[in-house]
Amino acid sequence: MNFINQYCHIRDCVVTHQGKEFYTGQPSTLDNFMEEVYEFLSPAYPKFYKMDRLSKLGFLASEIIVKDLPLLSRYTPEQVAVVLSNSSASLDTDLRYAESLKTTASPALFVYTLPNIVAGEICIRQGIQGENAFFVTEQFEAKQMADYVDLVIASGKTSGCIAGWTEVLDDHHDIFLYLVENEKGANGLEHTAEQLQKIYTGL
Amino acid sequence: MKELMANLKKQIIEALNLKHLKPEDIGDDQPLFVEGLGLDSIDALELIVLLQQQYNIRLTNPQDGPKIFKSVKSIAEFIQQHQTA
Repeated sequence: MNFINQYCHIRDCVVTHQGKEFYTGQPSTLDNFMEEVYEFLSPAYPKFYKMDRLSKLGFLASEIIVKDLPLLSRYTPEQVAVVLSNSSASLDTDLRYAESLKTTASPALFVYTLPNIVAGEICIRQGIQGENAFFVTEQFEAKQMADYVDLVIASGKTSGCIAGWTEVLDDHHDIFLYLVENEKGANGLEHTAEQLQKIYTGL
Repeated sequence: MKELMANLKKQIIEALNLKHLKPEDIGDDQPLFVEGLGLDSIDALELIVLLQQQYNIRLTNPQDGPKIFKSVKSIAEFIQQHQTA
């Protein structure tokens, strides 16, 4: 059995950690809100400002779920995996890039026109070198995610996995990131599809 | 030259999303890449776009890039050469 030891939601410009309110700003836009949360966390990582929205949201959620206990304090870089999913892939950035083509194509936008770049940004920040996967599904598929993450951990090479749903399109954003480990942490929950669905919906 | 460098610093911060910096944080001779401001290859491409958009200058020889984009001062000198040419 594996365990969900940390989880975070970012929805409607509200951040929750372990189901409790973590940050609520008074933002005028999603972009302003993300910068507010970044300043609140103060990770001193200026590359954040260069990221697209998908990467920014994934970055912020990952900072929150590892903030109390950095992953590499207990695992080697190869022992941690990242498995993410969403429904709009990188469409939010694709559309911005398409818009930039009307004048001069932006190289900085182009590099974010793949959905799995958010996984790469999380890996660079956290020093992760384990398995990466990104699935595009219509909605959060708790069973698929639970089965895949269990399989990755069962391979024996992975002890911890940052997983979740990272959806953003225009100002709509729905981020649910969680940390699965093969050892139960304080307040850890059993890693099952039913449990994932329950905490994803916030019930 | 001073005014050009001051404008360039503002434009670089805007174009490269260096929101943690102010123009006065960037030295005229400070290296822009690696040990200096820490810019990367994508930033170099954005600097090429900046020259095109703001100064209507196209880099014809990419191998000149490292010399031109060494610092704000070297970019300003390159712009001046092209504007007076």
